[in-house]
Amino acid sequence: MSTLQETKNTILTSTLFQDWVNASPRVDAFAAITKDAAQAFLLQGIPTTKHEEWKYTNVTRLANTTFEISKSNTTLMNADVTNEKVTEDAILVIIENGILNKAASNMDGLPKGVHIGSIHDLKDNAAIQKHFLQHADYKSEPFVALNTATFSDAVCILAEANVEYNTPIHLMMVNTSNEANVYIPVRVFVAAEKNASIHVVETYVSKGNNTNAFVNAVSEVVVAENAKVNYVKLQDESSNTTHINYHRIAMARDSYEHLTTLSLGGGLIRNNLNIRLGDVNGTAYLNGLTVARFNQLVDHHTVVDHAMPHCYSNELYKNIIDDSAQGVFNGKIFVRKDAQKTNAFQSNKNLLLSDEASMNAKPQLEIFADDVKCSHGATTGQLDDEALFYLRARGIGEDAARALLNHAFAADVIEGIAHEGIKEKMLELLKEKLK
Amino acid sequence: MSDDLKLLDDVANSEYKWGFVSNIESDNAPKGLNEDIVRFISAKKNEPEWLLEYRLKAFRHWQTMTEPVWPNVTYPKVDFQDIIYYSAPKPKVQLDSLDDLDPEIKATFDKLGISLEEQKRLANVAVDAVIDSVSVKTTFREALLEKGIIFSSFSEAVHEHPELVKKYLGSVVPYTDNFYAALNAAVFSDGSFCYIPKGVRCPMELSTYFRINSAGTGQFERTLIIADEGAYVSYLEGCTAPMRDENQLHAAVVEIVSHAEAQVKYSTVQNWYPGDKEGKGGIFNFVTKRGICLGNKSKISWTQVETGSAVTWKYPSVILKGDNSVGEFYSVAVTNNMQQADTGTKMIHIGKNTSSTIISKGISGGRSHNSYRGLVKINKSADNARNFSQCDSLLLGDQCGAHTFPYLEVSNKSAKVEHEATTSKVGEDQIFYCNQRGISTEDAVGLIVNGYCKEVFNQLPMEFAVEAQKLLAISLEGSVG
Repeated sequence: MSTLQETKNTILTSTLFQDWVNASPRVDAFAAITKDAAQAFLLQGIPTTKHEEWKYTNVTRLANTTFEISKSNTTLMNADVTNEKVTEDAILVIIENGILNKAASNMDGLPKGVHIGSIHDLKDNAAIQKHFLQHADYKSEPFVALNTATFSDAVCILAEANVEYNTPIHLMMVNTSNEANVYIPVRVFVAAEKNASIHVVETYVSKGNNTNAFVNAVSEVVVAENAKVNYVKLQDESSNTTHINYHRIAMARDSYEHLTTLSLGGGLIRNNLNIRLGDVNGTAYLNGLTVARFNQLVDHHTVVDHAMPHCYSNELYKNIIDDSAQGVFNGKIFVRKDAQKTNAFQSNKNLLLSDEASMNAKPQLEIFADDVKCSHGATTGQLDDEALFYLRARGIGEDAARALLNHAFAADVIEGIAHEGIKEKMLELLKEKLK
Repeated sequence: MSDDLKLLDDVANSEYKWGFVSNIESDNAPKGLNEDIVRFISAKKNEPEWLLEYRLKAFRHWQTMTEPVWPNVTYPKVDFQDIIYYSAPKPKVQLDSLDDLDPEIKATFDKLGISLEEQKRLANVAVDAVIDSVSVKTTFREALLEKGIIFSSFSEAVHEHPELVKKYLGSVVPYTDNFYAALNAAVFSDGSFCYIPKGVRCPMELSTYFRINSAGTGQFERTLIIADEGAYVSYLEGCTAPMRDENQLHAAVVEIVSHAEAQVKYSTVQNWYPGDKEGKGGIFNFVTKRGICLGNKSKISWTQVETGSAVTWKYPSVILKGDNSVGEFYSVAVTNNMQQADTGTKMIHIGKNTSSTIISKGISGGRSHNSYRGLVKINKSADNARNFSQCDSLLLGDQCGAHTFPYLEVSNKSAKVEHEATTSKVGEDQIFYCNQRGISTEDAVGLIVNGYCKEVFNQLPMEFAVEAQKLLAISLEGSVG
């Protein structure tokens, strides 16, 4: 791993980094942690491809660009974005350049027991006191450290015990900055208390004129006993965006989570997904879909950590790689010594559509308990000629036939989304992408 | 479960069956490693100048390298200055018949169960028996020579066929390849050399036994197998080592060159001393094995049964350079007690229509750790490349670990790459089914595990398949549940 001393001319020369740290309005209650994180980042620096976790994804250009932390004011109005809501009735929360924009958001009709707001307003909440900044590991993840040291706002969703809320909460992360090289830290915190159930959607879009954006997002999701969280992340930003995302889910006993990550647009996308099944009988689903074109690089790193017995995890990742795009998948499953009776499954399927495309997959199992059922499978190939012929023989043009088969391949992932409205919207978006 | 625990205990207590020290006077080099030792080894073996130069180049390169730390194994650091790099058994005269063999050595072989006479008469196997570096006896050489096949010790080949050795040495595993390959290139003692000329099908299985004998000597074998156009050879290598408390380093290099339409089948059973149940002693097995399919339709097949060694670190690989070439890897790796294995393969697809198959079966018991690490790389030029990989792990206790690290790198859209892996334990229902039919739990586990490994055992030549099953039975003795 490179240190700051090694990466010259970095964005993160300590003075610049110090500016960032100073620019962020601090929440006093967490000052000790953010300070520690700043230190941790300086120790780790930007990783290079010599680092096993970053073998296929070169982010050194982040170190060679002088980024500025976003200083744009929030300008969006509700009318600008309301038609982009994931469903008609969704609660819309706008996070503009990393800052909660209440004017553009529409949180009417939130039931009693569900709270959405900025960390600055909710910092005294018990769940936040207990969990905020506690789960995303900044000691070993440099970009988590960077985020933790530099975020200036965090959007929090709190669902109190026994609240069952089926309307999607749509967090729209909009980049409207016009600076040339802009750095945007985004921070999300979600807590579902005992027996609560919620649906959350995160979407990332670009609307500004910046030529080079670096979005560094961290989401922490805490799922309490018997709670249920359905989560969809959609990344559809401009091709000059580097998006590094870390998503951490901490699960209590009998809890359930279902996460779907859709990477449909952007320049370089790196998703770090980290799920810890920290108590018995948890159930975790992780689905992911990439449609990468042009020079995109989309990297999914997932870690499912089975720490306790009787848990179930199921992972399905599909990648469609076209043009000279690159796909990366690294799926780790850990089954700790105590995690007997674990069922953990993983499947990774990749389609290469062009001669220039490439795919690097590394499914990985690390198992320390004997009474388990674990499997992983990975395939890389192209569209089935016979299926194509079948469609062509029935009078469907080649392009349409390919689109149909690609759609069928990809839709599999989206079909898993529990909320009908969200599912339909995502299928629509996919269709648009595959045209 | 309590039954299982008891059985596990029994296994843990079972002794290494092949441990004995034969008393042969050694002609040792002083401990340690420097240019003088490299020169000493070279001089001892009467080597030509070019080979000494090669060794020295490798040694100088080795000095610039650092020990790799990425494998998923932990072991005390090897002190490379505390190793004797050359030891030869005293009676070095070339023998005309088996009767001239040192009775001590002969007895050693008998204990190992490879009676040379028996094999010569019955099994139609030529054995190049290697005890601590110097080839003692080669049988069937004349029969092979008639067909133009060269099968000799490496040092003989250096003198008799320098042009072949010079051409191919380091062509698949250059000394710059990795730390242990560089070390081996600098200090390799002996090994086997095999050349099958154009269009010749080797009429018998070629076989060699390696033993590490003198305490404190590392063995640095160098094997070179060349199959010229249209040739076929099946090569066996088997290992057992006596019981020792001191860790012994084994860093061998095997290179295989397969020309157009040639086939090489390389099988190995490795049963070196794994250390006692507390993890004391045992062999460090850090081996580089690689083959290259140079021409059209050539084929290399690796089959390995790994039951021994304290630490194994080994990836028999195939570079599929020729169009339509085929690479295969079949492996059973058993670890018990404190053993650690990090093993797998690399399949590098360069030519068109190349295909590779990987079948890996890992069995871990006791407090051992068993890792599969493999790379399938499809280069841009490898149109219609095909790979199928399957790696299964079986866990025989709740103290052990099974790990899988497959790397799949695909840069060609016409490639088809499939990988699947499972981890499980021996099913209680399967054992119950056997119990119900009057088969004891111990036999049932043996039966199930043998069935689990069958895909790999089927690839072994007859003689080895028998030995492999015996080895597995010993590893599982007292049975494991």
